[in-house]
Amino acid sequence: MAGLAGRLRKRPPKYSAAALAWKGLRGQSWPRVWRDCDLQRSYDAVVIGGGVHGLATAYYLARNHGMTNVAVLDKAYLGSGGSGRNTAIVRSNYLTPEGVAFYDRSVHLYEQMAVELNINVMFSQRGHLTLAHSDASLRTMHWRAEVNKLGGVNSSVIGPDEIKKECPSLDTSDHPRYPIHGALYHPPGGVVRHDAVVWGYARAADHMGVEMHQKTEVTDILCEGGDGPDGKGAGGRVTGVRTNRGDISSPIVINCTAGWASLISTMAGVRLPITTHPLQAAVTEPVKMFLPTVVVSGSLHVYVSQTDRGELVFGASVDPYANYSVRGSLEFTEGLAGHVLELMPGVSRMRILRQWSGLCDMTPDYSPVMGFTPVDGFLVDVGWGTYGFKAAPVSGEQMAEAAATGRTPKLIEAFALSRFDNGELVGEKGAASVGH
Amino acid sequence: MLLVLCPNCGPRNSTDLRYGGESHARPDPNTASPAEWRAYLYLRDNPAGWLRENWYCASGCRRWFSIERNTATNEFRDPPLPGDKRGGAA
Repeated sequence: MAGLAGRLRKRPPKYSAAALAWKGLRGQSWPRVWRDCDLQRSYDAVVIGGGVHGLATAYYLARNHGMTNVAVLDKAYLGSGGSGRNTAIVRSNYLTPEGVAFYDRSVHLYEQMAVELNINVMFSQRGHLTLAHSDASLRTMHWRAEVNKLGGVNSSVIGPDEIKKECPSLDTSDHPRYPIHGALYHPPGGVVRHDAVVWGYARAADHMGVEMHQKTEVTDILCEGGDGPDGKGAGGRVTGVRTNRGDISSPIVINCTAGWASLISTMAGVRLPITTHPLQAAVTEPVKMFLPTVVVSGSLHVYVSQTDRGELVFGASVDPYANYSVRGSLEFTEGLAGHVLELMPGVSRMRILRQWSGLCDMTPDYSPVMGFTPVDGFLVDVGWGTYGFKAAPVSGEQMAEAAATGRTPKLIEAFALSRFDNGELVGEKGAASVGH
Repeated sequence: MLLVLCPNCGPRNSTDLRYGGESHARPDPNTASPAEWRAYLYLRDNPAGWLRENWYCASGCRRWFSIERNTATNEFRDPPLPGDKRGGAA
């Protein structure tokens, strides 16, 4: 095993306009952004899942806690799961004080990310409108606005006239089947280029010596001393992981997977309060910019934003039954398009270019499951439902602190797996982007 | 769209039914420990494969029934017969 000095690499050239011009004029190509490493037999920590959560956890382990002997394992390629399939929306206008504090920290980390990681993540804080189509949802918007203000988050309820001013393409008349009564307006909300976040964390973690192993599938988690078979289960401790490329020993294993969270945790004998549902999304052909904010309608099960290329990105609610297949279904896309048309009749001639789905691990209270488990050394950062991408930086930061110090940080205490024992659920269904 | 095999109504679109989640036997309330209740209420196997689950035939016979479905391929097997009382209790 190489020593620490061997693992730290010379920092490659920074990304900048000058570097782009210099390399462009000289016809130079850019170096590979991260290394391919040989799999070592032992690490100080193993992170399962090479998406934004896993990479952010590895990055903060190295940056904040000096743990660089860390491996990130992914069974496919980095960012192949939810990190590349989400609709890239970032916001902090949640319903519970715990959720607001947590996601607010995430928005702050996103604001610093481009400078910190030296990559253009294209964070566009264009504002976020959550539409209310009924008195009941308007009441929830007021509730959220007050909780947000107490948490120091810029969020307020606005009426149809102000909505029209922010977003002229929305039909705010009383003609639609579900007229718009008001909206929760959240100016710091916006969209981020999700692939750049994956690449940024991977590049920064690689610079600090973290190893990323793609096409490395975890087939088992090795434990000892537990009350289940093979020493797994409560009371035991983790000793390593078995992969398709051999066994790795490690005192800390962090499950940062989405979609496969239950399957990975079952390997350590930990059952989770999670069911996996696919979420379908679609994108249209590009047109000129006309939609200045992110628009969400819980009642119509849709959220929509316009990318910098001009495409409309829609997301829906999760499929109604548990499923691991990511095939789309026509009736879902059709329903989604119908809901968008109800909000914005003007886009009726736009064509849908692509449709895809990603797996969402839904928990009963629409909050994640983070931190320690009954198996010593096995940590989880799972149950991210439909809100994982917007929480990636803060989750990485907090999970790294938990893993490195052995204590649960205050910001994620409320999201512990043990909340289901104590009946202390953190109900965020009212602030999940769409009613599920 | 899934075609769900209802024991009374035959194959129906999944939009005609309501999904009831994994089918687990309810513990005896008189003897169950808090940990057993918690497991029954919240913890799920969530396999990527064969799963016994409950469906409610909301637009048809309005009966609960349980059936096995493969959550990776969406194949169904072992449908109950009409009048089968397994629904909801496995």
